[in-house]
Amino acid sequence: MLLKNSYLVFKKDLSSELRTRYVINSLLMFVLVTISIIRFAIGDEKADNEILTGLLWIAVFFTSVSGLSRTFVKEEEKETSVALKLSTGSDSVIIGKLLFNSALTFSLNALILFLFVIITDYQIKNLSGFLLVLIFGNLGLVSASTIIAAIISKANSKGTLYPVLSFPVLLPLLITVINATKLASLGAETDKLFGEIQILVSYFIVVTVASLMLFKYVWED
Amino acid sequence: MNKIFTWLVFLIITGVIISGIAMPIPDIPALGDKARVLYFHVPMSWISVLAFFMSMWYSIRYLKTKDLDYDIRSYSCAQLGFLFCILATATGSLWAKFSWGSFWNWDPRQTSIFILLLIYGAYFALRSAIDSEDQRAKLSSVYAIIAAVTVPFFVFIMPRIVESLHPDPIINTQGKINMDSSMLIVFISALTGFTMLYLWMLNLKVRIEKVNYKKLSLND
Repeated sequence: MLLKNSYLVFKKDLSSELRTRYVINSLLMFVLVTISIIRFAIGDEKADNEILTGLLWIAVFFTSVSGLSRTFVKEEEKETSVALKLSTGSDSVIIGKLLFNSALTFSLNALILFLFVIITDYQIKNLSGFLLVLIFGNLGLVSASTIIAAIISKANSKGTLYPVLSFPVLLPLLITVINATKLASLGAETDKLFGEIQILVSYFIVVTVASLMLFKYVWED
Repeated sequence: MNKIFTWLVFLIITGVIISGIAMPIPDIPALGDKARVLYFHVPMSWISVLAFFMSMWYSIRYLKTKDLDYDIRSYSCAQLGFLFCILATATGSLWAKFSWGSFWNWDPRQTSIFILLLIYGAYFALRSAIDSEDQRAKLSSVYAIIAAVTVPFFVFIMPRIVESLHPDPIINTQGKINMDSSMLIVFISALTGFTMLYLWMLNLKVRIEKVNYKKLSLND
């Protein structure tokens, strides 16, 4: 029942997104703009992997900061949150939103990585380890951003507040994931990344459990 | 009772300040007289962490009971914690200037206290962006808890990035405190004195906030 309702929330978000292109269009342009700024900033210089990994994560972080808050803010702006509250419980709402945000983040990050590798000549020596770190890093990014988006949607200055609130919470994740992707791109073996992956997985679990427990206080009036 | 507590705080803090500045201390390699900052910097850092977790604790209590009293306490803890966090940063940074040669060099300890400052700042930014009292209490409580569950990760992450130059490996090897007895007495009384000072300020702060709250609800 819970899973079915969560899936329905996810489907509702997906179809309304595909119908209105509320988030996707602006985010695609955002990704293009960010990547081209990086391209023009680097020019013909040969940047090494330490710097390129940092630039990649700047693109990923700001794309998710500008995109992931929309799911909840949209419900408040279009005043559909009351209908959603009537239709289903808070647990299925947060799980559905988590699913939708994960789908959004994974597809956007695939695009960012693709464009980034083409444009900046970014060499990834251990691709499987890199992708593994990226996947777990994204899971944690999504779970922390989603609960903060839920908090933000009830506050006044939503746009500026979101990066302010999410940055300190995301910092442990960002430090770990930047470090791990840098190591993987320089060719570290996957089992050397095991410690970082452990931190990423536990961050994801801790934040998701806390979100599931706390979301009902944010959602219900 | 309250009066005795106030006088006790006054006496201990005065004693700590005088003996902390004037009392001779044993020679500690590489630290020397600069080790005196320990009497002030360590209690401040301890209180900024204590206040952070107390704020989280009152947030949990608020979400459970929906009693605005706990929200006032949580907010007061955060305000005082922010004050002590700034003091800890300032004393630590002054010490760093004279020991490491620069006010700020992103040592793991400096990074962690910077993050604590950021969290406090974000908490106040969130509170000022919400008008309704119940909403404000609820949302800031949720944020305080979310922030508090992510803070312990730094314990595992920080040692992986850079090695710290923070001097607890010099004074405090393997968890044992290697201070001589006179230093230890001043240090312990500094810890208790500043913690008592914090509790005393917290009591005042909570009362002020309650009066403010009543005034606001009378005006409505």
